[in-house]
Amino acid sequence: MAKKKVLYGVFDDDHILLDAVKNIRAQGVRIQEVFTPFAIHGIDEAMEHRPTGLHTAGFVFGLVGVSLMFLYMTWINTVNYPNIFGGKPFFSFPAFIPILFEVTVLSAAVGMVVVYFVLNGLSPIRQKPVIDPRSSDDKFIIAFSADELSEEEKHEISTLLHENGAIEINEKVL
Amino acid sequence: MFVSPLREPLINGSKDYHQITDDIARGTEGRPTLPWLLGLGLSSTIMLMGFLMIGLTIWYGIGTWNLNRTIGWGWDITNFVWWIGIGHAGTLISAILLLFRQKWRTGVNRAAEAMTIFAVACAGLYPLIHMGRIWLMFYIMPYPSIRGVWPNFDSPLLWDVFAISTYLTVSLLFWYIGLVPDFATLRDRSKAKIRKAIYGTLSFGWKGSSKQWQRFEAISLVLAGLATPLVLSVHSIVSFDFATSVIPGWHTTIFPPYFVSGAIFSGFAMVLTLMIITRKVLHLEDYITKAHIESMNKVIILTGSIVGVAYITELFMAWYSGNIYEQYAFMNRAMGPYAWAYWIMMTANVVSPQLLWFKKLRRSFYFTFFLSIIINIGMWFERFVIIVTSLHRDFLPSSWSYYVPTLAEVGIYVGTLGLFFTLFLLFARTFPVIAIAEVKSILKTAGNQVIEKMHKQEMESENPATVE
Repeated sequence: MAKKKVLYGVFDDDHILLDAVKNIRAQGVRIQEVFTPFAIHGIDEAMEHRPTGLHTAGFVFGLVGVSLMFLYMTWINTVNYPNIFGGKPFFSFPAFIPILFEVTVLSAAVGMVVVYFVLNGLSPIRQKPVIDPRSSDDKFIIAFSADELSEEEKHEISTLLHENGAIEINEKVL
Repeated sequence: MFVSPLREPLINGSKDYHQITDDIARGTEGRPTLPWLLGLGLSSTIMLMGFLMIGLTIWYGIGTWNLNRTIGWGWDITNFVWWIGIGHAGTLISAILLLFRQKWRTGVNRAAEAMTIFAVACAGLYPLIHMGRIWLMFYIMPYPSIRGVWPNFDSPLLWDVFAISTYLTVSLLFWYIGLVPDFATLRDRSKAKIRKAIYGTLSFGWKGSSKQWQRFEAISLVLAGLATPLVLSVHSIVSFDFATSVIPGWHTTIFPPYFVSGAIFSGFAMVLTLMIITRKVLHLEDYITKAHIESMNKVIILTGSIVGVAYITELFMAWYSGNIYEQYAFMNRAMGPYAWAYWIMMTANVVSPQLLWFKKLRRSFYFTFFLSIIINIGMWFERFVIIVTSLHRDFLPSSWSYYVPTLAEVGIYVGTLGLFFTLFLLFARTFPVIAIAEVKSILKTAGNQVIEKMHKQEMESENPATVE
């Protein structure tokens, strides 16, 4: 894997970070990512992230799960194993509802969690390095990809970070 | 940002972000303490004894229990329903309160969800061993087999299989999604190599980028949305096991809401029992405050009162229905051979939670702890009363009977308590017991320093007028 250089500024407050992100982006500088110890409200808008499609994935998984289960139970009760239980018809839809509901929830939840891990690049093995371990404790980080930056540009970004309240500016090869 | 000065702080001690990490991670670091070791020793011994009793039951068969033809369900199903009910509070706190945007959930949700998972694991054991031939348990799974027989999809007992397994899976996933960022915190502060590797694996390589957090928030919200109807459905389906039968005392439409509120009632009692001990032992007094205890006690008053109303409604409906079997079942409940159990249930579940209307009692740790145990006992008796008293005098007086559990049945029950506490102690030692990231996210709106500052500002803005 090719080594990647990052230039990053460390902040110690979430409000300062949020303002910094807005200001730096307003200057037209491309921020690679922001790393924070917890979810900060408004950072999605500041970073102009597209809304996530996870909900749609959950809906699709739920829909597929419930349809398959419905067909499966209908096939079993009417074609493969038609028996009368408690005087109900073979196709006793009201009695199917509890299981259909559970299966919808199960398939939507499991499917979404898998998609979530894949999209977020999370896995128990093959993990990417963390830029600064303090970003899971009390520090907030704005990172820039430094591979194609000239010394001049780096200097510019550093000044910008300083002006916006960064307490430290570091460079690191990942 | 405006924060109402009327709100009580949910984090005391003027913490900053780093202190929060330190305080919560401390429980997983250093050498285990003596109380923890003693607790683990005791609970795992009890657990092993329970496993021995389960072994005996499986070896000799269900004949080791005192069930008979009249009383086909006894302690085992009582315990099953009791444990499942306890689990419900965890999902309520983590899912329903997330949808309601209740900030106090952040202090207790992690431990409550852990409690849910361990309680459902304990509950799941009972139907399995009650099958008698546990090695044939795969018969309940609807897969195409050479037996050519399918499970009965019209039966509430099969709905239960789906409900419980879905509930366990979804709770586990929801819990783990929340744990991932906190494992990353533990990973990043570990010094020892092995520790770092273990938490690194558990954290799935979480980095805390804004995109990851965006997806985190999204999935938390949708899983909460899915878990909310799920938790209501699980205990409704458990109640269908009873309500769809023709036994007087079981055959009522009130069962689903009555069971669900009873479940939340008993679950909150168990959360309180656990959290009051945990906050003391792990020194988390600043994070689990009187405000948390009071909020949970308010839920207990609400659900406890619903349960009380349900008991009285059952009695009223028995009389109003004009059905003599129904009337007899309830007369017998209150005045028959099991009246002692009925009155324990009534006192513990209907009378005792009403004491929480007193603010002093609601905010007292000692009283709450005491009451939570009373409620747990009461809710166990509720299930016992519903199951055993409804069965012990059936339609044929010659088969009327009185049921007393055997040592094996008691041993299995006590054993699952051991299993539950063993799992909880292991969890408290290795996992962050409070959701670190979520507590940090409420610090600026619910920390005591913020609220005190708001209070001061308010006083200052009012004072000039009064001085003049």
